[in-house]
Amino acid sequence: MARKLSYKMAVNEALDLEMTRDPTVILMGEDIVGGAGSPGEDDAWGGVLGVTKGLFAKHGARVMDTPLSESAYIGAAIGAAACGMRPVAELMFIDFIGCCFDEIFNQAAKFRYMFGGKAETPVVIRAMIGAGYRAAAQHSQMLTPIVTHIPGLKVVCPSNAYDVKGLLIQSIRDNDPVIFCEHKNLYAHEVDVPLESYAIPFGEAAIPREGRDATIVTYGLMVHRSLEAAEKLAREGVDVEVIDLRTLSPMDWDTVIESVEKTGRLIAVDEAHPRCSIASDITAFVAQHAFRALKSAPQMVTAPHSPVPFSPTLEDIYIPSAETIAGAVKKTIIQKMVAA
Amino acid sequence: MTDERIKPLVMPKWGLSMAEGKVTGWLKKPGSAIKVGDELLEVETDKITNVVEAGEAGVLRRILGEPDTVYPIKALIGVLADSDVPDAEIDAFVAGYVMPAAEEGSEEDAAAQYEFAETPAGTLRYAKRGTGPEQIVLVHGFGGDLDNWLFNIDALAEHATVYALDLPGHGQSIKSLADASLSGMSKALAGFLDKLGVSAAHLVGHSMGGAICLRTAIDRPDLVKSLTLISSAGLGDEINIDYIESFAAASSRRELKPALEQLFEDPNLVSRQLIDDLLKYKRLDGVTEALKALAKNMFPGGKQSSVLADEAAGTKRPVTVIWGASDKIIPASHTAALPAGWRAEVIDGAGHMVQMEKAAAVNALIRQGVGV
Repeated sequence: MARKLSYKMAVNEALDLEMTRDPTVILMGEDIVGGAGSPGEDDAWGGVLGVTKGLFAKHGARVMDTPLSESAYIGAAIGAAACGMRPVAELMFIDFIGCCFDEIFNQAAKFRYMFGGKAETPVVIRAMIGAGYRAAAQHSQMLTPIVTHIPGLKVVCPSNAYDVKGLLIQSIRDNDPVIFCEHKNLYAHEVDVPLESYAIPFGEAAIPREGRDATIVTYGLMVHRSLEAAEKLAREGVDVEVIDLRTLSPMDWDTVIESVEKTGRLIAVDEAHPRCSIASDITAFVAQHAFRALKSAPQMVTAPHSPVPFSPTLEDIYIPSAETIAGAVKKTIIQKMVAA
Repeated sequence: MTDERIKPLVMPKWGLSMAEGKVTGWLKKPGSAIKVGDELLEVETDKITNVVEAGEAGVLRRILGEPDTVYPIKALIGVLADSDVPDAEIDAFVAGYVMPAAEEGSEEDAAAQYEFAETPAGTLRYAKRGTGPEQIVLVHGFGGDLDNWLFNIDALAEHATVYALDLPGHGQSIKSLADASLSGMSKALAGFLDKLGVSAAHLVGHSMGGAICLRTAIDRPDLVKSLTLISSAGLGDEINIDYIESFAAASSRRELKPALEQLFEDPNLVSRQLIDDLLKYKRLDGVTEALKALAKNMFPGGKQSSVLADEAAGTKRPVTVIWGASDKIIPASHTAALPAGWRAEVIDGAGHMVQMEKAAAVNALIRQGVGV
């Protein structure tokens, strides 16, 4: 049976269910027990935003606070995964990934390949992504393109609590390293989530809105902005399809291409910077594989090529808005009218 | 002030979670003479598109529901009246129409309409509607759930107390099966009825649910007043095993869609939402194992393992058999060799999900079988 659950508590519930099901699942991270490491409500905060709250009380020493050294504990998690555990390590903010590039890119992502397919590394690295939290330039980045670039990593970025639970359970059960990106501005967002365990397979996009006139391809927080844009456009008679990629690696190219073949118009929306982004990736792929279906030049909506501003006014302008997305959709349609 | 000659057409409520529906188009023009059962318009919900059939006769005097527009349930979308009712009275009726406030269809209301029973087979979800003295129990088929009765439960609840349950392994009921055999599922149904204090009910079973009802009538005749078997298993040995296996194995939208399209005469009825809802169910831990265990016991070697018609005839209960003429899962030819005295009706223009595709006709036959 289902009930409303927040994005944040869906993370908590997925971790709890998998820890209960499989004794090899362990949690590691900075302050994820919290406080003095006591099971008491006051002391065990469960991480910087309380995502792992209650798990120490239930699962004890399988929830581990680590020193403030990303290279040490991410490395330890990857090593434990190679030796038979299923660690879920919390990187707190994905902005800190630079401290453990070698462990993630050179070790975890390469073990299966370097050891002739004999090594498996079932590690999950959870990290908060995205702007809008007034957390400034070093805690607000959308580094999904950087991790998506690396073969050997799977990259997940859910937009809602239902997907969070099913994709995190799949991430833990998966035998490869998974970078699980959680948008901090969606933590309070609630949808219906079943009580039971379930796994959503990787590489299957969702289509939260079907439409005939144009295709928006996006993920994460931008799914909500795009749906908002689609609602506005519907009132003006433009029927937009919205694709939520859910996983960036593997990517559900079939769903993207099928949709563009139907609508003939593409708008790729990404909260990352424009260069070498998920948006540029999608646009290039569609141009290469569905060029004849396109009725107009694809549009990209991204954040600017600048650090995330700390000024609230500037930060709000930095993040693509529903208005900007709707404007880009109209651009794909007006081009058509001019051409006709 | 109500005039009985003026009959409002309102946005129907199909199933427990429907709060609104979109008028996609009218199939009748203003001024047309309407008979009971005539197809009036098409309505699309987030689950399925279906035809609204006339429940009453009259002249279609007003069309109020605009195409491509969403209306809440119970909203006035048209007016039927005899041709001698003056236009002014109809206009006054439309102007004075007030949507019944009790059924706002909020999510809280919908959630409250599902209940859970602790039974010997585990926790089972069910819905109970209506208050009539006769009791009808709706039993879905393989891979289904109580929403398969979307277009039936409310219509039947006007005449009887109606229960629809999710069988073990299905819907929002317990996912593990204590006993995945036909008699195990029948015991689970009997345990549910005993728990709710339902004795002597009219069992209505669809597909595998029909076989479960047959088994229950044989094993627990005290529980069964009549049987209505819809596109039912247990009446012959043929089964489309490709459907059963591909449904049980499908793990993606791409795999599931072609399987589901076999269920309907009109494959366009399979909406993305229907597929997504079924995938959500199929991805719950334990569901695939439960479905495979059921398939193995019920349909070993691609044949139905239990043909129960003759044995069930011995119970002397009235039986109505209903089939969609173009059923691609279990052939309608199974109606050919039924025991003497059983009523059989084959409905054109419908496939295996005949209770959804031809709801009004099926509801009328169920009521005749029950006698309400």
